Amino acid sequence: MPGIYARVEDVALSFGERVVLKNCSLDIVEGAITCVIGLSGAGKSTILRLLDGLLLPEAGHVYVAGKDLCHTPESELNEIRQKIGFSFQFAALLDSLSIGDNVALPLRENTGMPELEIRQTVLEALDSVGLDYTYDSLPSELSGGMLKRAGFARAIVTRPELVLYDEPTTGLDPIVTHLITGMIVRLRQKLNGTAVVISHDLQSIFMMADYVAMLFEGAIIAYGTLDEIRASPNPIVQQFLEGSEVGPIPI
Amino acid sequence: MSERVVLRMLDSFGRGTIGFLEYVGGIAEIGGESLGFIARLRIRFAETLSQCYLLGVQSLLIVLLTSLFTGMVFSLESAVQAVQFGVGNLVGGAVSFTSVRELGPMLSAVVVAGRVGAAIAAELGSMVVTEQIEALRAMGLPPVRFLVVPRLLSLLIMLPLLAIFADVVSIIGGMWIANSYAHIGYADFITSARQTIDFDDVVKGLFKSVVFGAIIALVGAYQGLSTKGGAAGVGRSTTSAVVVSIILIFISNFVMSYILYGSSQ
Repeated sequence: MPGIYARVEDVALSFGERVVLKNCSLDIVEGAITCVIGLSGAGKSTILRLLDGLLLPEAGHVYVAGKDLCHTPESELNEIRQKIGFSFQFAALLDSLSIGDNVALPLRENTGMPELEIRQTVLEALDSVGLDYTYDSLPSELSGGMLKRAGFARAIVTRPELVLYDEPTTGLDPIVTHLITGMIVRLRQKLNGTAVVISHDLQSIFMMADYVAMLFEGAIIAYGTLDEIRASPNPIVQQFLEGSEVGPIPI
Repeated sequence: MSERVVLRMLDSFGRGTIGFLEYVGGIAEIGGESLGFIARLRIRFAETLSQCYLLGVQSLLIVLLTSLFTGMVFSLESAVQAVQFGVGNLVGGAVSFTSVRELGPMLSAVVVAGRVGAAIAAELGSMVVTEQIEALRAMGLPPVRFLVVPRLLSLLIMLPLLAIFADVVSIIGGMWIANSYAHIGYADFITSARQTIDFDDVVKGLFKSVVFGAIIALVGAYQGLSTKGGAAGVGRSTTSAVVVSIILIFISNFVMSYILYGSSQ
């Protein structure tokens, strides 16, 4: 039986009047890729931010590596975050730094690694996403797909235990989408860690997911392996997987 | 007055008060956090030096120009009148006294608030809307240490230096105009200046600059980091940073002048 690396437990969260999550619970299995699917604006990215302690819930608990993030001071949260890699939807690279310096940032700031070793580690991380030649380029000189891959390199450069991917394939052409999906699987194997991927790209999810959770109206309504989700009797899940306009999901 | 109108006024007053307290609290929080990092020497020295150049050295020309012409205009207005009343020998003192105590620190601060306060708010604000600030937090890097501390430190160092340049240039400009238009000799001007200002005035003027530097950095940083609403939000933050900084500079200048000089006059 695989262990649980992170857990979202009975979480509730609102932004102003808008309720985003209510009684939301999700287990993140250690060493697996868990994909969270759901409609746009359902709160999928919010779950990632909860797992990284960037947002704290109004009710419930979030556990990562056995620690309850809701009762952890910011200084300790920063230490926990160093075990987590976060790949943002639009990469969120610092536009004043080169790609190499962006990827080197967590190593320079959080470790006492010598500069020569940092350069070597950064080049390895960039090489693993096929971007070693962009070391001195600025983010503004890269395409959308390359930026996402550079964001992956930054997320994995510290060899984190958990990597969070926020919509890694959104807005990319099918070839780059395929490339990036394969890259996520390879990176997880290379790091021997855990990954959570937020996406509504079903083809990618079918390629990489070990577990799938469907978020609907603030709660996880279905959770299981890929086959279990495909065979789910829940009409909402079936409508989402079929991409049909007809069904219980209000459009 | 109907009950509804009273309730609406109370509601509006309450919201205003909460907003004001949130603003003050936000700036105090960033200031306190920054001081904590500075006290523990958790400072990015290379970035601080780079900010000293960007925020300080690159503001030098505009500070010199505004100070020069302000010193010249002050001298022009006062020198001719002073000579008519037979007190031309006091012009050097008047120009130097005003420059060192008020014009130098204030002018350099207002110019830097317009140039640098806006830049800090715009830079941090655009980093907020493009998730760069969130990315820093996700890497376990506190944005205040990473971004605010270097800007705050550089302004605390560079604004007093800019004020010294502003003092010197406005006095030189004033001296030249006093000589050209009112035929006050350079030696008389300098003698008058030396008799009027002392080292204490210079130190107090520089102390004001340090406070103004903190205001510009913290207001700009707070406005930038609390940006909401995309590009329009960045624009609003930038404008607010300049307006609030300049208002606070004028208010704090009065308060500091009252405390520092009030008792001695």
